[in-house]
Amino acid sequence: MTDLMTARGIGVTLQERPVLHDIDFAASAGELIAIVGPNGAGKSTLLRVLANLLQPGEGSILLEGRDLRRLPRRILATKLAYLPQDQSIHWAISVMDVAMLGRLPHRRVGRPLSDTDHRAVAAALRTMNVLQFFNRPVTELSGGERARVLIARALAQEPLILLADEPAAGLDAVHQLELFAHLRRLADAGRSVVVVLHDLSLAARFSDRLVIMKAGRIHVEGPATQVLSSQVLEDVYDMSAYLGDIEGIPFVVPLASLEGRRDDPVCAEGGCAEMKRG
Amino acid sequence: MTDAALATNNPARTRVTYARLLIGLSLLVAIAFAASLSFGPARIGVGTVLQALFLGTDAEVQSAVLIVREIRLPRAVLGLLIGATLGLAGAALQGYLRNPLAEPGLIGVSAGAALGGVIAINSGLTSAFALALPLSGLAGALCAVLIVQSLAGLHGGPLTLILAGVAVTSFAGALMSLALNLSPNPFAALEIVFWMLGSLADRSFVHVQLAAPLILPGLVMMLALGRSLDALSLGEDGAANLGVNLGLARTLLIVGVALSVGASTSVAGSIGFVGLVVPHILRPLVGQRPSHLLVASMLGGAALVLFADVAVRVLTPGTELKLGVLTALIGAPLFFHLVLKTRRRLI
Repeated sequence: MTDLMTARGIGVTLQERPVLHDIDFAASAGELIAIVGPNGAGKSTLLRVLANLLQPGEGSILLEGRDLRRLPRRILATKLAYLPQDQSIHWAISVMDVAMLGRLPHRRVGRPLSDTDHRAVAAALRTMNVLQFFNRPVTELSGGERARVLIARALAQEPLILLADEPAAGLDAVHQLELFAHLRRLADAGRSVVVVLHDLSLAARFSDRLVIMKAGRIHVEGPATQVLSSQVLEDVYDMSAYLGDIEGIPFVVPLASLEGRRDDPVCAEGGCAEMKRG
Repeated sequence: MTDAALATNNPARTRVTYARLLIGLSLLVAIAFAASLSFGPARIGVGTVLQALFLGTDAEVQSAVLIVREIRLPRAVLGLLIGATLGLAGAALQGYLRNPLAEPGLIGVSAGAALGGVIAINSGLTSAFALALPLSGLAGALCAVLIVQSLAGLHGGPLTLILAGVAVTSFAGALMSLALNLSPNPFAALEIVFWMLGSLADRSFVHVQLAAPLILPGLVMMLALGRSLDALSLGEDGAANLGVNLGLARTLLIVGVALSVGASTSVAGSIGFVGLVVPHILRPLVGQRPSHLLVASMLGGAALVLFADVAVRVLTPGTELKLGVLTALIGAPLFFHLVLKTRRRLI
């Protein structure tokens, strides 16, 4: 596998508070990577750094071997799509118009959309199963439909790398599954997909690699079957969890928070063991 | 639906309706411009107006030539430029800030220009030479934009821009009140109040020569924002990911608004509600797309100001109603209507 994107030694300090320390990260073509970790671990910050929206204080990022910061904006925008966590669309523009925004980087100023543009938009809308309401204002859609339209925008961009910050937030279980099936297919089609999410079971099921972050560092990374363990969950999330598997795919059921209890003398004596087991 | 239908029908259709809308609005502007040349205290027939405008100096139409060319034409040109400015600046600011309540005065330029004008009147400069008023207004607008820019920072977000604009507007308002308070005589106070109401009456080509070189580049800068504003529908990160240079967009917006709105307020006082209401009315007609709203709103603003300026001449000949008063009188009830419409949609 060839690395599309490699980040070395990324360090970020926001308002004198260190947020990321010495992060090494690589994404290859055909790979779906899930970044997980507790709130405040630096997942979204890492994604914004990879999207060139935030300049890291330290480290460097290469996209296809070229320095990310030196790439012209328009070129970068044709190679890398970023889906912000904020899913608001500020005007009641149509589904079609939102998807067409994805073609902006491919078009010269003042030029109408080409046939290639139209094909890409139609394909993206079809892939996300929102083609049937292409003419509706996005403000009239449900949260899940809007999330899919926004992903269609990113697909219309035809990027090599898709970075998505909690794209499944607000989706029901079925739409989460469908969304991740789509993302999986994108990766299988040779793109690289990097997703920040909270659902560990979903992450384990669809990703090739889990990147588990804690306090601004990568705690551990690798295939879900190798890195997910009760010990890791306890170390990273401070929680006890039931870790099972269905046909070789791990799933996680969180059981109880251990926050503050580890220093508790009762727990130290092993008195919390039954709670850990649930 | 097939790909072909999607690729040809829909965008083509929206393009046609958008083109039709622009043609319709352009016609409206042309009619309003012609009306602005044709109505006034002196009754001059349409034929005579055309003759006076294009043919020149027959002895029998001598007075008509003077009226049409020296009084009505500069007034109509200013109405066109200022209306276009207010409509476009409103649409551009609303698009950039993603807030339908933004209006051209938001970033403090109008207040700065108004304060400059007030200082010129109060200090007696205007009686020394007539152009002191617009020139002082321009100086005020320049000061305002420099203060706003340094307060908000070069790379700040929309919020800092709004806050800085509100701060400068309030301070300029306070200074204007102070000027009224300390006004040397009641006539100066009355002049200040009248000037602040906004009017196009008694403007000459000198005013056009002063304002046009500032307004036109300002309009071009704001028109160049189309792509950026469309992309900003997805928020700042989304727009940046689409290759938009946010810093450049912000600079174009601020400089464009400062030049055009500053020059407009300097020659005509404050004309309210146009920049707020016109984008509101036209937004549904362009499918809410911020880029399409720019040109449409520019034409709509020009038509509205020209018609309103005709109306003040026709409705109250003699004691002319101030243009700014009329636009507020039309604009505010339209706003009531919009509020009710929005409420119905929310229920």
